[in-house]
Amino acid sequence: MRAVRYFAGAVLVFAALACVFTSFIAPADYATQFREAPSAAPSRHHLLGTDDLGRDSFSRLLYGTRVSLLLAPAAALISTLLAALVGGIAGYVGGVTRKVAMAVTDLFLSMPWLFLLIIVRAMLPLNVSPGTSVAVTFLLLGLLGWAASARVVAAEVQAIRGSDFMLQAKASGISSWRLLARHIPPNLRPVLFAQFWISIPVFILSEANLGILGLGVAEPLPSWGSLLRELESFVSFGDQPWRFVPLLLLILVVSSFQVFLSREEVQA
Amino acid sequence: MSRKAIVSAFLLLALLLPTAVLAQSQGGELRFCLRAEPKTFNPLLVEDEASETVRYLTGGVLVRVNRDTQALQPELATSWKVSKDGRTITFKLREKIFFSDGTPFTAGDVVSTVTQMMDAATHSPTGDSFRSGTGATIAKAVSPSEVTITFAAPVAGLDRLFDQVAIMSASSPKKEMAVLGPFYVADHKPGSYVLLKRNPNYWKKDAAGHALPYLNAIRMDIQANRDIEALRFRRAEIDLINTLDTDFYDRLAAAGSSSVHDAGASLDSEQMWFNQVPNAPIDAYKLDWFRSAAFRRAVSEAINREDLCRVVFNSHARPAIGLMSPANKFWFNAKLKPIPYSPDAALRRLESDGFKLQNGVLRDRAGHPVEFSIVTNSGNKARERMAAMIQQDLAKIGMKVNVVTLDFPSLIERITEKFNYEAAMLGLVNTDLDPNAQMNVWLSSAENHQWNPKQKTPATAWEAEIDKLMQAQAAALDPARRKAGFDRVQEIVYEQAPFIYLVNKNALSAVSPSLTGARPVVLRPQTYWNVEQLALKQDVIKERQ
Repeated sequence: MRAVRYFAGAVLVFAALACVFTSFIAPADYATQFREAPSAAPSRHHLLGTDDLGRDSFSRLLYGTRVSLLLAPAAALISTLLAALVGGIAGYVGGVTRKVAMAVTDLFLSMPWLFLLIIVRAMLPLNVSPGTSVAVTFLLLGLLGWAASARVVAAEVQAIRGSDFMLQAKASGISSWRLLARHIPPNLRPVLFAQFWISIPVFILSEANLGILGLGVAEPLPSWGSLLRELESFVSFGDQPWRFVPLLLLILVVSSFQVFLSREEVQA
Repeated sequence: MSRKAIVSAFLLLALLLPTAVLAQSQGGELRFCLRAEPKTFNPLLVEDEASETVRYLTGGVLVRVNRDTQALQPELATSWKVSKDGRTITFKLREKIFFSDGTPFTAGDVVSTVTQMMDAATHSPTGDSFRSGTGATIAKAVSPSEVTITFAAPVAGLDRLFDQVAIMSASSPKKEMAVLGPFYVADHKPGSYVLLKRNPNYWKKDAAGHALPYLNAIRMDIQANRDIEALRFRRAEIDLINTLDTDFYDRLAAAGSSSVHDAGASLDSEQMWFNQVPNAPIDAYKLDWFRSAAFRRAVSEAINREDLCRVVFNSHARPAIGLMSPANKFWFNAKLKPIPYSPDAALRRLESDGFKLQNGVLRDRAGHPVEFSIVTNSGNKARERMAAMIQQDLAKIGMKVNVVTLDFPSLIERITEKFNYEAAMLGLVNTDLDPNAQMNVWLSSAENHQWNPKQKTPATAWEAEIDKLMQAQAAALDPARRKAGFDRVQEIVYEQAPFIYLVNKNALSAVSPSLTGARPVVLRPQTYWNVEQLALKQDVIKERQ
């Protein structure tokens, strides 16, 4: 198991270094189109071949990794914090507050977000730089993606509140605010971590799906989502296995996060 | 073997041979996919492609535009004559013809169909093509086999318009379901399939005197997903794909399949345009750029169309020259030459219009950097790729382009109602050869005059000239005069570039080797335009029984 953790750690360190040194490692700019070599196979010049427009796939993967690994965790952090706030209050206060908070959560879960996001996109200005567009996309995902996590957090907080050590703490005369601030968060940490790590791949894939609605990352900036979108025509790629590298990298990085998550949970 | 036995054997062989040949070619069920549910089976109300497919396969028409030669040929009418004033057309009809339900075909059916079609209450899109003036249309049966139709005003290209008019029975209780075409609608399960069966009363015969069509049935599965359609074709579950994506064409071709066909440039075009609507909610200085013909032509010259064709369409497209594709044999203005790719010439043109390239950024007279967005519909990979390539091409002359993909309804709302966009990229699917079909685009008062629609009076002198020329060619009856007028329209559009035509996509299709008689062409329906001549091989017929 230790070897697996080492490996996972190495993957994450490698990904982080790749993000930091992208500009030095990438053999070409992510937007440069080598039009004489569209959809080329891997070669000395293009380690992972080129995409449909002749852009170097390895460079795009590096830049895309940087975008996604920076913004997906940021979105996951926003949604987890919102979930902790709403779920924490609902689970700890209970009664009418819990009912209202859970009703709002259910309302959020039942909303047809796809259509609302279309409306949001229609309202956004058109002359938005690719960087702003990707930031707006992940911000929206973060602000809208907290509801499912909030339910889990609320259930967990309720369970903690009814636990023996909390009863004992209350009996010792510790105030409610102190209980909320000092005793609940440490016990809630594994759940919040789990929600955080789970949200990252969900947001990466959501961003890819939103791209179909024009809400994702704008051309020519790459992200994991936009790179995964290229796999829509999976039938075409049967004999081009290198096209699946972004998908493999996503799985590898998310799995590595999960390995670290289990360690965190054990320690917690 | 005795001589008698040999003779008997030859006789037996001679008797069996035609049966064997016949058995090879007749019968069987052709299968292909419709990409949407047909909205109607009433041939007068057809607007969508799926309904048009059903109409083409089931409807009997008086005359038909041959999809291969693009010439008009007789069908239910043996001959026809258009009057000198262009208002009246007289058809002599084929006799002893019966609808699929057995009711006889008479001049009364033509009169009834035309009357229904031209009745404003029917709201027939087919009838709209014939409306060139106010007043009633009079259809009269001169005899059981002769009909005269008089329109309120002259209709240009009148005879060719009847290619779209499927004759319905005036007396059959089955109404529009009684047909004169090679097939009739036998079954329809909404969302799943449409089944056509062979019309037993169809009038055409092949050279050997065998009744046409050869096929017994056509099953059209409703399948919107093109990936699944292509997969089904590869598994031999369907026999043809009418319009094939470049990716799948190349996949099939790379696999050594002889089933793919590239018929050359089609009538369809991809184009971009700039918003010139005076009260559009965009910056005034940008509107000034977009209204400048020099700016538009410079953008046009800076786009590498050859690269678009090669990279995006894998050479299955042709750089567009103008509003008419070279595939339109008669109406294309052959004097127009392809727009040369030249960023240098584009920059010179921009400089002459007051623009300056400073540190890689193009600026106008007032110093505004040239930056604009191109909107297109999301999900269309070819357009997204073209936009990305144009983005890089225009960066070479210092223009910054933001590519925005929007869902289709939002896009349409922006370009037709709110006009809240700067440039747009879309395609035009052309099904009609005649320029009259494009009146709704080229008249300045038209709704589809996309860069500045519904003008009360033409905003520019060249738009006024186009209005005049289009109306004149529509009123003229002499094809040469019409052609001369429309050639000038093409020249104006070439010079002013209100639409920047990018490519004409090739007509790509796939036809299973088990299907014989298919000769794919550029006009729709590319693969089954000669459906009567299509036949399945014997082993496939047996397999599907």
